[in-house]
Amino acid sequence: MLGNYLLRRLLWTLITLFGVTLLTFLLVFAGPTDPARALVGEKATGVSIEHVRQQYGLDQPLYVQYLTYMGRLVRGDLGDSYYFRKPVIEALLGRLPATALLAFSIMFVGCLIGIPLGIITALRQGSLLDRATMVIGLVSISLPTFFVGLLLLYCFAFQLKWFPVGGYGTLRHLVLPTLAVAIPWGAWYAILLRSNMLEAISADYVRTAYAKGLNTRVVAVRHMVRNALLPVVTIMGIDMASLLTGIVLVESVFSWPGIGMQTLQAATHLDVPLIMGSVLLGAVMIGLANLVVDIIYSWLDPRIQLG
Amino acid sequence: MTTLPVNTSRLHLDPAATPPRQSWWLDVWRRFARQKTPLVAGVVFLALLFLGLFAPVLAPYDPVEQFRKEGLSALGEPVGPNGQFWLGTDGLGRDLFSRLLYGARVSLGIGLAASAIAVLIGLLIGGIAGFVGGKVDFFLMRFVDLIMSMPTFFIILLLVVMLKPGVWVVITVISLFSWTAPARVFRSQILAVKQHDFVLAAHCLGAPQRRIFLRHVLPHVLPLVIVYLALTVPNTIFAEASLSFLGLGVPQPTPSWGSMIQDGFAYYRAAPWIALFPGTIIALTVVSINLLGTGLREAMDPMRKK
Repeated sequence: MLGNYLLRRLLWTLITLFGVTLLTFLLVFAGPTDPARALVGEKATGVSIEHVRQQYGLDQPLYVQYLTYMGRLVRGDLGDSYYFRKPVIEALLGRLPATALLAFSIMFVGCLIGIPLGIITALRQGSLLDRATMVIGLVSISLPTFFVGLLLLYCFAFQLKWFPVGGYGTLRHLVLPTLAVAIPWGAWYAILLRSNMLEAISADYVRTAYAKGLNTRVVAVRHMVRNALLPVVTIMGIDMASLLTGIVLVESVFSWPGIGMQTLQAATHLDVPLIMGSVLLGAVMIGLANLVVDIIYSWLDPRIQLG
Repeated sequence: MTTLPVNTSRLHLDPAATPPRQSWWLDVWRRFARQKTPLVAGVVFLALLFLGLFAPVLAPYDPVEQFRKEGLSALGEPVGPNGQFWLGTDGLGRDLFSRLLYGARVSLGIGLAASAIAVLIGLLIGGIAGFVGGKVDFFLMRFVDLIMSMPTFFIILLLVVMLKPGVWVVITVISLFSWTAPARVFRSQILAVKQHDFVLAAHCLGAPQRRIFLRHVLPHVLPLVIVYLALTVPNTIFAEASLSFLGLGVPQPTPSWGSMIQDGFAYYRAAPWIALFPGTIIALTVVSINLLGTGLREAMDPMRKK
C-alpha cells in the first residue's frame, strides 16, 4: 500500500520534472532574448557571439539542445553556470543549506505560534487575546513579506540593536528573517485553526467525548485539534511550496545567501543552466513538501490512507 | 442577521409571476449593506481607486521631478513630512505624496488587471474541464497540477527578465501563474451545478450544449467568479509589489508601491518614512479587499457553511 503510494508519487514527480524542463526550455529559447548574447555581454562582437554559440551548442536545433540537456540530466549533470562559472550542481548545493535552514525555521516557528494560539483563542472566544490575534493576523497577512522584514530590521536591528542587520552564520542571524514570515503565517494559522475548532465544537464526537466525562483540555487536544488541523495542514503545504521560491524576498532584505538570491542573479543575467537547475530543485522540493503534507494527513486522520 | 437565509424571490409558487430580473442583485446588495465592515472596506477601496484614477489632478507635484534644493537637506538626505512635501521626499528629492498617488495607478491597475485575466483564464479552463468532463477534464486538471507543482516565482522572475519589465509584461506574467486556484474552484462548482435537474431538463428539451452552458450553468458560477475576482487581487498586488521590490517591475522612475519600498530600503535608517507610507497603503488596500471579498461571499452565498 505505502510502497504503491510512494511509487505513484515518485512517478508524478518525474512527470512534473519532465514538464518543468520542457516548459522552461521552451520559454528560454522561444523567448526574444538570446542566451549567447547574455552569456558574452552586451558589448560583444558578432564573431565572439558566434564562437560562444558554437562552444555551448546553442547553434543546434532546439530539440537537439533539449535532448542533449536531458541526456546529461539523467546522468546527474546539470551543466555549468554561465554567470558563476562553476557546475550548477555545486552552485545549488552550496546555497541549499542556508535556504533549507531558513525554510524549516520559518515553518517550525509558524506552527509554534499558530497551533497553541489557535487552540487558546478557540477556547477563549472573545477574549483580548482572541481579538488581538484576529487583528494582528488580518493586518500582517496584508503586508508584503519584505515590508514586514524591513519593519523588523528597523525596530530590532537598527533601533534596539538586538539582532544583526543581515547575513548568515549564527543563530542570532536567523531570528529576524524567520520572524518576518513566521509571525504573519503563525497568526494566520491561528485564525484558521480557531475557526475549524469552533466548527468542531458542535460535532457529535465532541459531545460524546464530553459525555464520557473528559475535561475540556483533553477533548480539545485529543479530539478537536486533530480534526481541526487538517485544513490548516493543507494551507501549510501550499505555503511551504510558495516559501521555497518566494523566499527570495526575505533573503534579499536580510542578505541571506540562499537559493532565492542566487536564482535572482541567475535570472537577471539569463544564466540558463543555473535557472533550469534552480527550477528543477524547486520542483523537487515542492514534491517533497506535498509528500510530507500527505504523510501528516494520514497521521492526523487514520481514516485517510496513503495510496 | 435575523432574516432567514432564503432567496425569497424564488419562492413564488405561481409560475406566471416571474420575479423581476434585478431582484437577486438587489438581494445581494441588501445582504452586503447589512454587514458594516465590508461596506466600510468597500468605501475605502473605492477611495483608493479614486485617488489613483485622479492622481494627475490631486497630486501636488510631478511624481518623477527631483527637487534637489527644497527636497533634500543640506547633506543631500531626504526631508521628512513638512508643509511643502506632505509626506516628505525620497532619496532623489521626489515628492512622496505625489508618488504614492501615481503609484496607486500602477499597483492597483496591475493588480486588478492581472486578477481579472487570471480569473477569466481560470473560468475558461475550469469551465471546460468541469462541463465537458471525461478525458478533457483529466488532462486539463493534470496540467493545472503541473503548474501548481512548479516553482512559479522563479519562472515569473525569468519571464520578466526575458520579456523586459513593463506594465503589460508584468500583468501577463503574473496572470499566467495565478489562474490555477480559481480554475479548480470553478470546475468543482460547475460539476455540482451540472447535477441539477434543470440541466437535465434543458438537455431533454433539446437545448444545445453551448446554450446549456451559457444560460443554465454559467449564471450559477457567476457569484463565485465575482468573489474570486476579489480574493485574487491581494495575491496579484503582492506579486507586482514583489517584482517591483526586486527591481523587476515597471521600470524606474515610474512609481509603484513596491518600488517605493525598495527606494526606502536604502534609507531605512535615516528616513524610515519613505518605506513606511507605501507599506501602510499596501496593507490598507489588501485589508480592505480581503474584507470586501469576505463580505461579498457572505452576501452572494448565504447558505455557505461558515
